[in-house]
Amino acid sequence: MAASKTDINAKAAAGRGTPLKIALWVLLAIGLIVTPLVFEGYGWLFVPHIMALIGLYVMLALGLNIVVGFAGLLDLGYIAFYAIGAYAGVIVGAWAFQHAPQLGPWIYFLMIPVAALAAAATGIILGTPVLRLRGDYLAIVTLGFGEIVRIIITNNPFGITNGAAGLPRAGQFIPTPFGLTWLQNNVYVPIPALGKSFVLQFDNNIYWFYVIVLLCLLTIFVVRRLDQSRLGRSWAALREDEVAASSMGVSITQTKLWAFSLGALWGGIAGLTFANFQQFVSPESFTFMESVFVVCTIVIGGMGSIPGAIVGAIIIQGLPAFIQGLAAAGKLPGIDPGVATVIANYRFLVFGLFMVVMMAWRPQGLLPSKRRAAELKPELDEIADVESEQLYDAQHDAAHPGIDE
Amino acid sequence: MARLVDAQHATMQFGGLKAVNDVTLHIDEGEIVALIGPNGAGKTTLFNMLTGIYTPTEGQLTFRGEPVGGKKPHVIAKLGITRTFQNIRLFQNMSALENVMIGRHTRTKATAIGAVFRTPRFKAEEAKTVDEAYEGLKFVGLGGKANELAKNLPYGDQRRLEIARALAAEPTLLLLDEPAAGMNPQETKALNGLVRKVRALGVTILLIEHDMKVVMDLADRIYVLDFGELIAQGVPAEIQRNPKVIEAYLGSGAEALLAASKNGSPLDPPATGAPRDVASETTTDATAAEEEPTNG
Repeated sequence: MAASKTDINAKAAAGRGTPLKIALWVLLAIGLIVTPLVFEGYGWLFVPHIMALIGLYVMLALGLNIVVGFAGLLDLGYIAFYAIGAYAGVIVGAWAFQHAPQLGPWIYFLMIPVAALAAAATGIILGTPVLRLRGDYLAIVTLGFGEIVRIIITNNPFGITNGAAGLPRAGQFIPTPFGLTWLQNNVYVPIPALGKSFVLQFDNNIYWFYVIVLLCLLTIFVVRRLDQSRLGRSWAALREDEVAASSMGVSITQTKLWAFSLGALWGGIAGLTFANFQQFVSPESFTFMESVFVVCTIVIGGMGSIPGAIVGAIIIQGLPAFIQGLAAAGKLPGIDPGVATVIANYRFLVFGLFMVVMMAWRPQGLLPSKRRAAELKPELDEIADVESEQLYDAQHDAAHPGIDE
Repeated sequence: MARLVDAQHATMQFGGLKAVNDVTLHIDEGEIVALIGPNGAGKTTLFNMLTGIYTPTEGQLTFRGEPVGGKKPHVIAKLGITRTFQNIRLFQNMSALENVMIGRHTRTKATAIGAVFRTPRFKAEEAKTVDEAYEGLKFVGLGGKANELAKNLPYGDQRRLEIARALAAEPTLLLLDEPAAGMNPQETKALNGLVRKVRALGVTILLIEHDMKVVMDLADRIYVLDFGELIAQGVPAEIQRNPKVIEAYLGSGAEALLAASKNGSPLDPPATGAPRDVASETTTDATAAEEEPTNG
């Protein structure tokens, strides 16, 4: 009895820091810092851009993971929170900039809590009426919610969203965040040792990549701590068995609303960052397909799993963008840069195929969380066992009719 | 003894069916009360009404004088009623320890903010919850299986884990829905011991059980439901002799048969002074009772 308890403590200690693990983390950190600079240095400007987009998807996937992976509520309209974060941040940011231009470089950072709160509040507004729904019904309602948000934005309510033309309006701009201009103007160091054309330089993409990586780290940090807490346990309990959970004192209403709002929050921050990164935001970026891609990201990576979300984002967002980028830059032999967008459209076909294969061979995802893996895999084995047993019995009975009598 | 549960004319109607019809009963503090009756008599429905899963269509349910009819399940759990389920409803893919930790939910209050910042209070509460969950597992004899997933536990252990989870909420009243179902004789015996241990903690118990050996052994009082109605109540010895109960279990005319078979039934428990086993008799004699009319 006592042995298994020390087991847990030992495991916790082992998770913290063997020298090998620390070395791997340091290597990873250096990789994250250096990789975009190297690509930028050799003139592959689209790579840091893609890396930043992947980072945004990681944030989205981690946020949606709270709702889908932890609490088990299928949300097909998650991109709405991305949209709300983007629009709330840009609109309030523009208002703040108008009244206090000296805040310019800080507006993005000041808007982070605004976007987060706007998205979280919307999460609660969406969550309240759909609390009674589960499974397919919830999926349909959230899908509708995602579309409603996009259509409202397109219809330019009270003239604040500028409709399909997007924000900022002509003649306005989203202020550049602190430090970016200085870095762009002052970092220009040719390093001939790394090749004749190599120049250590800084641009928009790299700046935002670093910001997004920091935000991802914050997301991972918070999401992990939430998962390993009283709230995380009640999410898991809710996902496993709602009736049993509520009979043990878990408030279904409260627990679901926490999931919706804490999930939405990260979507909102990612949306704001996206708008600032692109310097533009329009309803086109928030279509239903985007919601589907975020769900795909966590399904492929493994529901409820943080490394899974990262791997999923690299596959779903990174791979096609990378191929498209290569083609557009004329770096794919034999492919005309003009057809790059056409190539990108094939990703729908490839994803479809990929999802079918995944569901058949590895329904728990590439890097599943332990708990979720247990949920999906052995059950299949059990079913298979039962089926083969029944098959055996059937054959056995057929071969020896009357053995029961 | 203080009155714990008071049900006045409690009725649960599903469309045209009265699953529980005008049931009036009470449970006093410290008792073990059993609820028996044939399948479909409304026993589990009554449990569901007491725990807030169903709202009674008529009548009053109070717990320590406070009305509970129509309250949400988690509110009732917090008031001090927890339960186990007829079809085991553990959190299958969580460890035994985590299952019991969920049971501590009403007794802990860490917030999301505390979780993110790992405040000293949060850490202390988590550590305490783990310790208490361990104690709970040890109490039911599962101390060595804390890290097993609930679904990998053997059947009897799953039943006991459910009890541990329900006890973790420190209930005043524990509802056990067929805790001995599917258990072998040794497991059943161990369960009897466990239920007594729970009572010794000062927890009042309401028990649904088909195994009459368990019921007669444990219960201070018994209520008998049939087709949603309360047909009998009393101490075990009274219930065993109650003609209405025998009729509900065996059909009309069975009483005489039962009396006749008393001398020679091979399934009679040996004369050790243990309470008579109505259930095993009912099963053997029921076939006889059913065949009798067709033959004669």
